[in-house]
Amino acid sequence: MSHKIVSKRQVGEDVFWAQVEAPLIAKARKPGQFIILSIDGDGSERIPLTIAGVNPGSGTIELIWQRVGKTTAALADLKEGDEIANIAGPLGTPTHIERFGTVVCVGGGIGNAPLLPIATALKQAGNRVISILGARDRSRLILEDRFAEVSDELIVCTDDGSYRRKALVTEPLKEVCQRSPKPDHAFVIGPTLMMKFCCEVTRPFGVPTQVSLNTIMVDGTGMCGGCRVEVDGAPKFVCVDGPEFDGHKVNFDLMIKRMNAYKKQEQQAYEEYKQHRCKIGL
Amino acid sequence: MVGTAHPTKAPIVTSEERKKLLQDLLVKKDSGGLKTKDRLAIPPQEMPEQDATARCRNVGEVALGYTEEQARLEAMRCLQCRNAPCVEGCPVRIRIRDFTGAIAEGDYRQALAIIKENSLLPAVCGRVCPQEVQCQEKCTVGLSLKDVSKAVSIGRLERFVADWRDERVPPSRVAGILPASRGQDALDTKEQGRNALSPSHLPTFSPSSTPTVAPPTGMKVAIIGSGPGGIVAAADTRRAGHEVTVFEAFHKPGGVMVYGIPEFRLPKAIVQQEIETLRKMGVKIVTNFIVGRTRTIEQLMKEDGFDAVYIGVGAGLPSFMNIEGESLVGVYSANEYLTRANLMKAYQFGSGADTPIARSKRVAVVGGGNVAMDSARTAVRLGAEKVYLIYRRTEKEMPARVEEVHHAKQEGVDFHLLQNPKRILGDASGSVVALECLRYELGEPDASGRRRPVAIPGSEFQIDVDTVIIAIGNQANPLIRQTTPGLGFNKWGNLIVDENCKTSMEGVYAGGDIVLGAATVILAMGQGRIAAAAMNEYLAKKRECRKS
Repeated sequence: MSHKIVSKRQVGEDVFWAQVEAPLIAKARKPGQFIILSIDGDGSERIPLTIAGVNPGSGTIELIWQRVGKTTAALADLKEGDEIANIAGPLGTPTHIERFGTVVCVGGGIGNAPLLPIATALKQAGNRVISILGARDRSRLILEDRFAEVSDELIVCTDDGSYRRKALVTEPLKEVCQRSPKPDHAFVIGPTLMMKFCCEVTRPFGVPTQVSLNTIMVDGTGMCGGCRVEVDGAPKFVCVDGPEFDGHKVNFDLMIKRMNAYKKQEQQAYEEYKQHRCKIGL
Repeated sequence: MVGTAHPTKAPIVTSEERKKLLQDLLVKKDSGGLKTKDRLAIPPQEMPEQDATARCRNVGEVALGYTEEQARLEAMRCLQCRNAPCVEGCPVRIRIRDFTGAIAEGDYRQALAIIKENSLLPAVCGRVCPQEVQCQEKCTVGLSLKDVSKAVSIGRLERFVADWRDERVPPSRVAGILPASRGQDALDTKEQGRNALSPSHLPTFSPSSTPTVAPPTGMKVAIIGSGPGGIVAAADTRRAGHEVTVFEAFHKPGGVMVYGIPEFRLPKAIVQQEIETLRKMGVKIVTNFIVGRTRTIEQLMKEDGFDAVYIGVGAGLPSFMNIEGESLVGVYSANEYLTRANLMKAYQFGSGADTPIARSKRVAVVGGGNVAMDSARTAVRLGAEKVYLIYRRTEKEMPARVEEVHHAKQEGVDFHLLQNPKRILGDASGSVVALECLRYELGEPDASGRRRPVAIPGSEFQIDVDTVIIAIGNQANPLIRQTTPGLGFNKWGNLIVDENCKTSMEGVYAGGDIVLGAATVILAMGQGRIAAAAMNEYLAKKRECRKS
């Protein structure tokens, strides 16, 4: 069963949004879960993508992705009406949602996409939601409006100051932690380095911090173990034990190294795709 | 490129001589019958195989299959023992004596029909069953010759008739001499190099006869997992007229036969053929469907109207050693390594496949089972210059099939026995640079009856490697357990079933690795069949109740 792209648009520099038919996933998915897709049949790579939202009524899921390699670029080249051959999910353990009190949700770049359903669920559970969104520049900031709807307080910053406050997300996060009372829980999703530094900010304040990891995966059901990370010194599988973990216990340095395992091959594949794309005049 | 070695192993006798021998034996048989002495005098038939050097550069099948006269000669070695001890050794009790007898007569259709009474996947089992510890271990010929390797090659004969059905050996060529043309085919495969996708020595499979299906019963069966157990359970329940849906988590059906066992040991075309047969029978196959996530078993039964469920999800959670350095870049579970290479076709990276795999120069594989051999031999084919196999006991205790060990050695895999890793060492970039091992000696027998390996203190030494593949087994994947509260599991996380493969939940049956732990294709198949029989019985009763 393939999955039709119902609507699709570019929402930022190298960032794309699409609504895709996947009725069973739309029905089953809970905040924090993800999917694995491959575009064609044989030979196509399987990549994990977060689910930004679902519409169980129309049987669609919302995907947001950043163009970083061959598969994400090929996905960006698909048009409305095109089909994605394989989507499996929802995968991963759903986010533990409860009424913590005051929560701070920190999103970096594309991380805003998986963070949105979590912030929404936290708000619905009766939490006071402070959202901090960051991006490299204005063109890469996504979902600000939708975060505004579910947040009691919204802080937006860009690395280069091209929009709102010029800062890295760690700065406002520190200020929020210094408030009295401090937040009861933090949820951080974004680039690995950003999550690492956010955890360093919340650690001295003793604010429990949940991170969502997006490691390399093949099957996404615990079968291959390629996604494993060290949490509290022990190996954990992101696809089944996660994707969310206590950020204060994650070995981010090792995770970053593992994520670079195929860098050369990924670049090679992307370059070849770009050349091929030129030739066929896309 | 590789030397000019002939792609098939040098035969003990030429095919002309074999033909002559077969003629003589047939004449003798017709004029008074073959005596035990005559049968024992027939030389064991060697399996033609791709040359060891050539095959390291392609993914084509290694063993090429018997010719017709080889098959008949090998079948004539069977003494037709009255008590047929071989049948006792077969997990699914195939009437081995009768099918070898049919082959000796030249009646391959009959031979296949006999096998199919008990086994649905002879082309698979003929290739991957550990015959030397099953049927062939009990064979009187092997016992008489005091050498189990000289037993009748039952597995090769099973494969022969399975392939014959598929016109692997077309009738027009039966009378002729096959090895020459087959040798040419193998050379072609070699020429295609590492990117050979479908080895050309394999035939285009002709559509096999589709089993007949009983009239619709109105009952719905869900089969979870499309591995060997699931395929058999699906076929057997479908034959009874039920509406059957197979759910597969991956994008491609076939389970371990597709993601795990490599092409060079089990061509994927064979698995696809079996899946096609299921489709033709009217079985619905749904891929990318993760039971427990996409839908739970409870939802399938209560909301989606499935009357019975078979769980055949396999083991599916790789064990690691819990040693230092296991998360370094370049450390793989065998599952990941083989899935990338087989299912995702990483050997074609950059020329048709997008999934990368380490470009390894020096690889250490840890473990002594078939999966370890598959990993080591895959690494060879992916271009590794040096592949070590590290195993903590001796070759005698290795759980791998003798044939796989033999093939791995032929392909240059360096066996390091009585050694075991202590830690994995990495560089500043987090990549593997060496494996530190300890030497072992064998002590007293342990619970498994094998002598326990004991580390020799202070015997540490290092092997320079850039890739480490851990092939020490799997644990039960907890997904079904976590999402199905009503099911009973043992302390290892394996499903508890009764002698009919029934679980603690009504209408739910299970088999294969999720029940047995690490087992084999044939055992999974056997359980799929037992479960299907029990499910058919259960559904018949349920249907009666529903009617009244």
